[in-house]
Amino acid sequence: MSCNRTQHWSWWLVAAIILIALPFVLEKAVSQYYVYLAIKIIVWALFAMSFNLVLGYGGMMSFGHAAFYGVGAYCAALLIVKASWPMPLAFLAAPVAAALAGLVIGFFSVRIKGVFYFAVLTLSFAQLLYIIVFKWRSFTFGDDGIQGIPVPDIISTQDSYIGYYFFALAVALVCIYLLWRIGRSPFGLMLRALRDNPQRSTFIGMNVQNYRLIAFTISAFFSGVAGALFTFLETSVSPDVLFWSNSGEVILMGLLGGMDVFLGPALGAAIMVLLNSFITSYTQYWQICLGVTLILIVLVFPQGVGGLMAKFYSTWKGEKRA
Amino acid sequence: MAILEARDLTKSFGGVAAVSQVTLAVEENEIYSIIGPNGAGKSTLFNLLSGRLPCDQGRVFFKGAEITGMPPEQIVRMGMGRSFQVTNIFPRLTVFENIQSTVIFQQGKGLNLFAPAKAMAINETESILEMVGLLEKRNEAAGVLSAGDLKRLELGIVLATKPDLLLLDEPTCGMSPVETAATIDLIKRIAVETSITVLFTEHKMDVVFSISSHITVMNFGRVIATGSPEQIRADGQVQRVYFGEG
Repeated sequence: MSCNRTQHWSWWLVAAIILIALPFVLEKAVSQYYVYLAIKIIVWALFAMSFNLVLGYGGMMSFGHAAFYGVGAYCAALLIVKASWPMPLAFLAAPVAAALAGLVIGFFSVRIKGVFYFAVLTLSFAQLLYIIVFKWRSFTFGDDGIQGIPVPDIISTQDSYIGYYFFALAVALVCIYLLWRIGRSPFGLMLRALRDNPQRSTFIGMNVQNYRLIAFTISAFFSGVAGALFTFLETSVSPDVLFWSNSGEVILMGLLGGMDVFLGPALGAAIMVLLNSFITSYTQYWQICLGVTLILIVLVFPQGVGGLMAKFYSTWKGEKRA
Repeated sequence: MAILEARDLTKSFGGVAAVSQVTLAVEENEIYSIIGPNGAGKSTLFNLLSGRLPCDQGRVFFKGAEITGMPPEQIVRMGMGRSFQVTNIFPRLTVFENIQSTVIFQQGKGLNLFAPAKAMAINETESILEMVGLLEKRNEAAGVLSAGDLKRLELGIVLATKPDLLLLDEPTCGMSPVETAATIDLIKRIAVETSITVLFTEHKMDVVFSISSHITVMNFGRVIATGSPEQIRADGQVQRVYFGEG
C-alpha cells in the first residue's frame, strides 16, 4: 500500500516537472512557436474535456459546442474592448456568459428525443450565433474580428509565450480538476446511468431533462473558459471561433483520444493540434490525413488512443501482479 | 384501503383498443397478479398505471391521490417502482453501480457535484445485492449478465427506489423452471419481509396461483374476471379463454 502511494506520488512529481520544464525546454531547444503550440493544446484539451461531460458522460451528441467556446471568446474580448472591463473580470465573466448560452440552448435541445435531432438542433443554434456575430458589425466588428486585445504584462505574449503558458496551464488544471471531481461525483454517476438508459433513469425517479440541462450548462461553462483562454492567447478573435468546424473538431478529439478515459479527449486534442500543425507544414492536404487517421481509429480501435493505452496499462499491471 | 386503484382505463392504438375500461383495486400488502394470453393488454395496462403512456380515458389513484397524467418520474418518487418485460438496466455500469446509483438518487444526493460517489451508499447497495443474489457479481459489467441475472438486477434497481408498490412485468419471462421458482420465492420473501405490495403480470399459471391473493384475467384488452385464485379457477369463462376448455 505505502509502496503504491509513493509510486503514485512519483508519477505526479514527474508530470509536474515535465509540465513546468516544457516551455523552457521548447523555447531553448526549438522556438517560441512550440510554446505557442503547447498552449494551444492546453486550450483545446480543456475544451475537449468539457465537451466530454456532454458526450462521453451524458451521451448527448452536441454538434454545436463551438457556440460556448465562441461565446466565451467573444464575451472576454467585447467586455474589454467595448466596456473597458479589466482583463481578470472579463476573463471571469466569459464562462458565465457561456453557461447562460448553454442554459438557453440546452433548455430547448434536451427536450428533443433522438441523437440526430439533438445534433441538428445544437448545430443550428451554434450557426445562428455564428451568423449574428458575423453580420452584426456595429457590435461585434463582423468578419474583421477584434484585434489587439490588451492583456496584463505578466501574461503578455508580446516577447515570450512562457508567462501565458503558465497562466493557461493553471486555469486549465483547475478546470480539469473540477471536471474530474464532477465525473466521479454522484452527479457524474447519474449522467452515466442516464447515458446508458434514459427510460430506466426516468423509472428510478429522475427528471431526465433537468439532469441533461445541468450537464450541458456545466459543460458550456468550461468551454467558455477555453474560449476566453484562446482569445487572450491570440489577443484577437474572429467569427471563426463559432464556426461549425470547431464543433466538429472537438467531437473528433473525443473520438480520437477516447471518451471513456478521463484524459482521453485531452490526448485527442494534443494529437489533433500537433498533426494539424506538422502536416500542414508539409502538405495542404491535412484534411485527408486527418480523415484517414480517423477512419482507421474508428475501425481499428473505437476506444480511441486513450482507451488503447488504458488497455495496455491494465494488461501490463496485471502481468506485473502475476 | 386500496393502494392502487384504476377506474375505467382505456387506451387505443390506431383505433384498436389495447386496454378497454379496465377497473381494478390493489389492496396494501397483497400480491396481485394480472394474467392473460399474449396481446391481452397487460403491458399496456402497466404503462398506463406507471405513467409511461397517457390514457385516453379513465383515472388512476395511488395512495389515495390521483396520478392520472402525472410524469412517470414523479410517480416513482411517490413510491411506485416497476420493472419491464424487456429488462431495463444500465448496461455499461457495473452491477454494483446499477444499484448504487439508484440508492444515491433515492437518497436525494443525485445533484451532488463534488463528493466521490465511490464511497457512498455501500451498505444499502450491498444489502440489496445480497437480497437479489448478485453480491458475487458486483464488479461485472451489467450488460454481459445472463437473462435471469438481468431480471434480478432490475428487480434490485426497483427495490433501491424504496417502493411501496412494485409493478413487475413478467418477472420470470425467459427463465428456466429452476430460476422461475427461485424468483417467485424471492418476490414472496420481499413482499413478506419488506411489506411491499406487489402487482405483477405473468403467463405461467402455476406461478400465479401459488402466490397471489387476487387475480385479474384479461383478454382482448378487457377484464373478464377478478377474484381469489379459487374463484378464478372455477370461473367458466376464464377456463374457455385461458385454458382452451369447454
